[in-house]
Amino acid sequence: MNLTLKIWRQKDSNAKGQMVDYKVTDISEHMSFLEMMDVLNEQLVNSGEEPVAFDHDCREGICGMCSMYINGEAHGPDRGITTCQLHMRMFKDGDTITIEPFRAAAFPVIKDLVVDRTSFERIQQAGGYISVNTSGNTQDANSIPISKHAADEAMDAATCIGCGACVATCKNSSAMLFVGAKVSQYALLPQGQVEAADRVQNMVAQMDLEGFGNCTNTGACEVECPKGISLDNIARMNRELMKATIK
Amino acid sequence: MALDSRVPKGPIKDKWTDYKNKIDLVNPANKRHIDIIVVGTGLAGGSAAATLAELGYNVKAFAYQDSPRRAHSIAAQGGINAAKNYQGDGDSTYRLFYDTVKGGDYRSREANVYRLAEVSTNIIDQCVAQGVPFARDYGGLLDNRSFGGVLVSRTFYAKGQTGQQLLLGAYSAMNRQIARGKIEMFNRHEMLDVVKVDGKARGIIARNLITGEVERHSAHAVVVATGGYGNVYFLSTNAMGSNVTAAWKIHKKGAYFANPCYTQIHPTCIPRSGDYQSKLTLMSESLRNDGRIWVPKSLDDVKAIREGSKKPTDLSEDERDYYLERRYPAFGNLVPRDVASRAAKERCDAGYGVNATGEAVYLDFAAAIERYGKEQAKIQNISNASDAKIYELGQAIVEAKYGNLFQMYEKIVDQNPYKTPMMIYPAVHYTMGGVWVDYNLMTTVPGLYCIGEANFSDHGANRLGASALMQGLADGYFVLPYTIGDYLSDDIRTGKISTDTKEFEEAEKEVKAKIDFFVTNKGTKSVDYFHKKLGKVMWDKCGMSRNEKGLKEAMVEIKAIREEFWKEVSVPGSASEMNPELEKAGRVADFLELGELFAKDALTRNESCGGHFREESAEESGPQKGEAKRNDKDYAFVSAWEYKGEPADAVLHKEELEFKDIELKQRSYK
Repeated sequence: MNLTLKIWRQKDSNAKGQMVDYKVTDISEHMSFLEMMDVLNEQLVNSGEEPVAFDHDCREGICGMCSMYINGEAHGPDRGITTCQLHMRMFKDGDTITIEPFRAAAFPVIKDLVVDRTSFERIQQAGGYISVNTSGNTQDANSIPISKHAADEAMDAATCIGCGACVATCKNSSAMLFVGAKVSQYALLPQGQVEAADRVQNMVAQMDLEGFGNCTNTGACEVECPKGISLDNIARMNRELMKATIK
Repeated sequence: MALDSRVPKGPIKDKWTDYKNKIDLVNPANKRHIDIIVVGTGLAGGSAAATLAELGYNVKAFAYQDSPRRAHSIAAQGGINAAKNYQGDGDSTYRLFYDTVKGGDYRSREANVYRLAEVSTNIIDQCVAQGVPFARDYGGLLDNRSFGGVLVSRTFYAKGQTGQQLLLGAYSAMNRQIARGKIEMFNRHEMLDVVKVDGKARGIIARNLITGEVERHSAHAVVVATGGYGNVYFLSTNAMGSNVTAAWKIHKKGAYFANPCYTQIHPTCIPRSGDYQSKLTLMSESLRNDGRIWVPKSLDDVKAIREGSKKPTDLSEDERDYYLERRYPAFGNLVPRDVASRAAKERCDAGYGVNATGEAVYLDFAAAIERYGKEQAKIQNISNASDAKIYELGQAIVEAKYGNLFQMYEKIVDQNPYKTPMMIYPAVHYTMGGVWVDYNLMTTVPGLYCIGEANFSDHGANRLGASALMQGLADGYFVLPYTIGDYLSDDIRTGKISTDTKEFEEAEKEVKAKIDFFVTNKGTKSVDYFHKKLGKVMWDKCGMSRNEKGLKEAMVEIKAIREEFWKEVSVPGSASEMNPELEKAGRVADFLELGELFAKDALTRNESCGGHFREESAEESGPQKGEAKRNDKDYAFVSAWEYKGEPADAVLHKEELEFKDIELKQRSYK
């Protein structure tokens, strides 16, 4: 198929960006979206132009690096996937596709479609861990049984890949789904109970400091999340925060 | 220089304990005066950085992605082995050790593997304490599954995302240390050289991938944990950015490179569909617990399937050739990866491949769905369950076990694997070869360490499933933090290492010169053009089977591609900005050298072992006809290559392998 691409080009974080049109031809429907971008970049390099910078790495939907906003949706029109798993069969010949970076005050653009998501790093550093030394002198792994239900729910929260689609999708640029998932994982496990109150307070404080917005329960984040992280995690985070504050 | 593996004396089961008891330690007050650089933040690098920082060292950690959590360890699906024997099925440290050495086709170092098996149980305890949500049974205890090449269930898992959960565990431990200021994290930085002062590794040159700035970083020791080099094939299951650069740069500065030809071609990947493809996708080996691999028995059916006039589900049981079950009755679909890959290639080469490219076999879950369905019907007291009901019940179980993998398959191939068998084909996945290290995980350069997939030590010529995660975390959490202290105990009075020296200046100058060359060389061809060309030579001539003629040709052809690369490569943009093409150019330049050494190593090793199959060395008769034939008399050694300029001039050093605790046998899975 033949396509017109409208892509955000921005030289660096200080430059003013703009949408630029490109044409690609003979795109196979079996290609992934990023393979289509590879074809475009090869085309640009061969004509001496600078290729479009975009974040990507594992190309199997788990590293959380890819981050495009395609036709007004984080990770594009399909559900339950990242951009690298989006396939061209979702588009048709002659389509015009708009490709922008994830936009949020806390995700400044570095170049073209690449954004800086280190705000997520700082939130995790504020408390996204269990304070246990890696000495190996811990108790036997089976000494604390954990109900299958709790373990599975913790796992569901832990599958978050930290891509930031929730933030890019939210009209308030809220990071509550991301933070809620991390808080939930530990809140659901006995190992995480000891520091639960400090954890949630510190992580939420850092989240606010980074300039992420609040949650107004539109639920758009849950729809666009490539890993299907549930809104329940936001509720659980709020409950944990409440618990911690009134203690 | 003679190779000294520094394996401690004494019985194998006491070596590590005795050694740890006698090793030199650095006292806590002195640790805070010592800096360590860790390059790479996957399971090995991440766990090492966290543990070293916890011990009190000042750690500087480097990752080329925007966060340590994105390292490719995250993509490991199936699980992690540990000799916990929770299932009571006869597992033990010795058995894990034995399986790993046998699985590696007797080409690994016994003492290292035993230590790995020994610390494996600690890893699980550690990860559970960190909040890794491993799968559990209804009693709340940890669940296990089984992987290829073993007869016990010792694999711990977190759905099909075990690597992700373990990496997030290591990452959380890192975050705790970053918050304490004990780890300084350098995201979006790439190491471009190591700096040696008085023969010791004392720092690195790194490029800030956002600003393009070339930086000097010093330390008392340098740890390289930058993963494998599977992307030398262009197409592999590795991440797009995975590269050999750090490992190759240290090789050029004196670290020997061991067994480069040992590559794992993973049997269950999604087949390639066209020339535009940039990477291949793995389907976890855990699928072979329940999936049965087959091709049609008759070539007429193959033809009909390729033309679309027949569907795989149209074929009755006796029209199918379950070739692994036929050839290897004892292990069946769970033979080790190298064996399963070669068997798939054998069938496809004989014309039985089931897709248009002729390079695909079926992985079928129908039998498992039926089996689980009947089991569930019994459990739920449903008498006379209809076929549809049984299917529905069975599908729910399969979905719970492998749901994310099935979804991934469907998104890529656009077929529903619950209804029609998956198509799979082998693809490059892991490299057992890597930087040579001694028992302390130190390379041939003092103060320079190499851990995880980047080193060569534990998997011999073939790695068993779920052992990569085990090795990465063992090295990082439990081995290196001890052994590095022995070296650093001499450095407590050294003081801060200055970067304002001629050694740093020279290394930086060399790095900058190469970068400047790329951005000013106005060639005619893109970096990918050369990478694809290299990949084709590697796959065709250094792939699943290798022969003398092909390997000699490969050496000549790779050299020619390299020469053309240095003339014709074109890199747009400048050096002083984010420039992904420039990053790729540096990486492909190193692959083009490694590829030639790879072929040379494969040529030198005229025996078949593990993932390295030499056509000249196969069993000619008897029940093992066609199977790999190892030659212990002439090749029971590690090939450690010393850099001498051109890859073809590399000098071979042999580390003879001694097997005192395991009898060398032909590796039979029949």
